[in-house]
Amino acid sequence: MADIFGVPITVLLGQLLLGLINGSFYALLSLGLAIIFGMLNVVNFAHGAFYMLGGFAAWFLFSKLGLGYWPTLIAAPIAVGILGIVVERLLLRRLYRMDHLYSLLLTFGIALMLEGLFRHIFGAAGKPYPVPPSLMGGINLGFMFLPMYRAWVIIVSLVICILTWLAIERTKLGAYLRAATENPALVQAFGINVPLMLTLTYAFCVGLSGFAGALAAPLYQVSPGMGSSIIIVVFAVVVIGGMGSIGGAIVTALALGIIEGLTKTFYPAASSIAVFIVMVLVILIRPSGLFSREA
Amino acid sequence: MAESSLLRVNNLEAWYGESHVLHGVNFNVQKGEVVTLIGRNGAGKTTTLRSLVGVVGKRRGSSIYKGIELLSLAPHKVARLGIGYVPEERGIFSSLNVIENLMLPPAWQAGGMEVDEIFSLFPNLKGRDNTSGTRLSGGEQQMLAIGRILRTGADFILLDEPTEGIAPVIIEEIGAALRVLKDRGITIILVEQNLRFAASVADRHFVLDQGKVIDEISNNTLDANMDRLNRYLGV
Repeated sequence: MADIFGVPITVLLGQLLLGLINGSFYALLSLGLAIIFGMLNVVNFAHGAFYMLGGFAAWFLFSKLGLGYWPTLIAAPIAVGILGIVVERLLLRRLYRMDHLYSLLLTFGIALMLEGLFRHIFGAAGKPYPVPPSLMGGINLGFMFLPMYRAWVIIVSLVICILTWLAIERTKLGAYLRAATENPALVQAFGINVPLMLTLTYAFCVGLSGFAGALAAPLYQVSPGMGSSIIIVVFAVVVIGGMGSIGGAIVTALALGIIEGLTKTFYPAASSIAVFIVMVLVILIRPSGLFSREA
Repeated sequence: MAESSLLRVNNLEAWYGESHVLHGVNFNVQKGEVVTLIGRNGAGKTTTLRSLVGVVGKRRGSSIYKGIELLSLAPHKVARLGIGYVPEERGIFSSLNVIENLMLPPAWQAGGMEVDEIFSLFPNLKGRDNTSGTRLSGGEQQMLAIGRILRTGADFILLDEPTEGIAPVIIEEIGAALRVLKDRGITIILVEQNLRFAASVADRHFVLDQGKVIDEISNNTLDANMDRLNRYLGV
């Protein structure tokens, strides 16, 4: 068996694959976070909690209501998106004219309350969620065995990220979003209902993180802490990519997932801090982020 | 007379945060007219336009357009009545290219110009589709800001200092474009510091000072009133 720096190539590829899967979740979350920051000027600390809610919604729909994997994967993000509408309309909207700090504290509070509530009701232990029968098994790639579900996660995440990016960069609706990011008052003076657009943007983005949570359920167990453990890395991704840069968030997310995977292979002890070392370097060299427009 | 006005602004007041900027502005505009708001810096000209389209925080008073109270409309409903706004800072979006900027405002009324017509009015914009909007020169950005409103079918256009910081050649082009619009029966409120430019297109001038309209001068009598006007403007 071939080795690279003393590491068997199959182990390396396995870790790369794990890294790519983590990167896919980072991408789904950081994409939404970057859009919300760009459009609403809100640092959405509740993003991880919505991811956790997506996981729990999937678990609830599946094991309590008996819905199948596929309807669950669609219904869970919609439920989370609807909750997002409520949060934006009732709470966030009141803070747009104020400093970032207020919405940051609000969303952080929401995250703590949701996590605490779920810990209280369901306990800290994870809830199991099975891989759907249609995605069981795997493909033997010759050099490694690729479980079907993991391949599905990577593909569907990439497709959603690319579609979202295209929708923003290449469509009329995306042009409204980009314009409203720069000058919402003027876009509204052109007759476009900007407040409604902000609500739907927030709903879509937290819906994306709900989708990620539902998608993650069969891989990681569904637990109240799943959001807070991923959100810190996702924030690092957005900082590295450049706040508000959507394409940057996607590319950075996947790259950091892979960097994490590589670190796990060559120096496992550093794997959980690799992302933050990259973040520190980027902040030192290019403070506005790798893909920011103004730099 | 006032009953037939297209727009009747009555005792309009406006605030930016705590600062009270408009203290009861009164004027009216007839259909097909070009009127200017002139006055010193800080007189409230820009704020008046911004109050009409609803991009100012707090407003009081009344502005009735075609029988509809603009102050009670949500800001995004104003454009849908066919009111087009060209802001002072031009408002060209840097993350949009020229054609995206041009196509951005939805056409709320029939009768808007086709893109080709806009290009023949402003030839400088032609062939620049994929250039980022803010890469254009100041004059070209102004043309783009006016052009994109013409596409919407707006028949009442609020223009905030279209000549500010722009080369004389381009000022002439913009002036010619405004006369074309006037011939088409489009009503225009023009905020302007450049009196010569204002005189070349306008029917009436309203002089603003300290958040109020203090005088109205018809363009025909402008020469006779030059001393008075210069006193207002502090020239």
